[in-house]
Amino acid sequence: MSDPVTFYDTAVESRLLLGTALYPSPAIMAEAIKASGAEIVTVSLRREAAGGGAGQAFWDLVRSLDVRVLPNTAGCHTVKEAVTTAHMAREVFGTPWIKLEVIGEDDTLQPDLFGLVEAARILSDDGFDVFPYTTEDLVAAERLVHAGCRVLMPWGAPIGSGLGLANHTGLKRMRAHFPEATLVVDAGIGLPSHAAAAMEMGYDAVLLNTAVAKAGDPAAMAGAMAGAVTAGRAGYLADPMEAREMAAPSTPVMGKAFLS
Amino acid sequence: MKITLNGEATEIIATTLDAAVDELGYTGKIVATAVNGDFVAREARGETMLVEGDRLEVVAPLQGG
Repeated sequence: MSDPVTFYDTAVESRLLLGTALYPSPAIMAEAIKASGAEIVTVSLRREAAGGGAGQAFWDLVRSLDVRVLPNTAGCHTVKEAVTTAHMAREVFGTPWIKLEVIGEDDTLQPDLFGLVEAARILSDDGFDVFPYTTEDLVAAERLVHAGCRVLMPWGAPIGSGLGLANHTGLKRMRAHFPEATLVVDAGIGLPSHAAAAMEMGYDAVLLNTAVAKAGDPAAMAGAMAGAVTAGRAGYLADPMEAREMAAPSTPVMGKAFLS
Repeated sequence: MKITLNGEATEIIATTLDAAVDELGYTGKIVATAVNGDFVAREARGETMLVEGDRLEVVAPLQGG
C-alpha cells in the first residue's frame, strides 16, 4: 500500500531520513543508506583545502546512490552564518531544501529558537524550503509556520545522545497542535524502539544518523530502523486502543466453567 | 596580496574572486564561496574584486547529520 510522506511538494515513500556522517568508511555509509531504504540523506558543507578533493569524492558517492539530499547548516551559531551557509548549499547541491540549524548552546546543541525563526523567515522569503531543527516549543513552532515552514523537525533528545524521546508529552502535543505540518523527529534517536515510538505518535518521519553510524553493524541497524519506522507508522494508522489503568480481561468471562 | 583562505593567511596574485578560485587550485571543483561572511554566487565571482585582508571561505560537500 502506498503511503507517501510529503516534504514541501515532494512525495517520498520512505519515512526514514538518514545522515551521512560518522560512518567507519564511505563504503559502510553507502551500505547503510541502501539498507535503510532512505530516499533522503542529510549532507553538509565544510572548508575544502586548496587542491583537495575529499568533498568531490564524497559528493560523487552520494550521487551514485540515487537519493535526494537535504543539506544542513550544522555548526552555525548565528543567523548570518546559517543564511550564508544555506545559500552556499543551494548552489553546491542544487536544491532549495535546507535543514536549518542555528545552535544556541554547545553542551546540548539546543537550537537558538530566536535565531532559528529569524533565519527561517529570511530563507523562506528567499525561496528556500526550510526544514528547521527545533524543539517541541509550540510558540517557536507557530512562528516557524508563520515564517513559511511547512516542515518542523523537533528534537527527540540532544544530537548524538541516543536517549530517545525525552519529552513524549511535548511531542504528542506538538503533533496535535500542527495536524497539517509535516513533522519529523530529528536527533536523539538511539534504538529502533525510539523511532517506532515517534511514528506511533503520528510523526510523519524520523531523521537519525549517529544511531546507525555508530552501531557495531551500521547496515544491520539501518535495516532495523527502517523496520521500526514502518511498524510504528502501521501501528499509528491502525488506530491503537486506549490505554487504561486497570486490567480488562481479554478472554470472555461468559460461559466459564464453575469449578470451585 | 594577503587574504585569509579558510582561516589561513594566504598570498595571491589574483584580484577577482573568479581568478583567485582558479589560482588556489579549485578549478573544476564543486565549491561555493563567501567573502567576508557574505555568499558570492558562482556567476558573480568574475565581478567580485578582492582586496587586501579579505576573508575568503571556500566550501565543498561533506558528510552531515
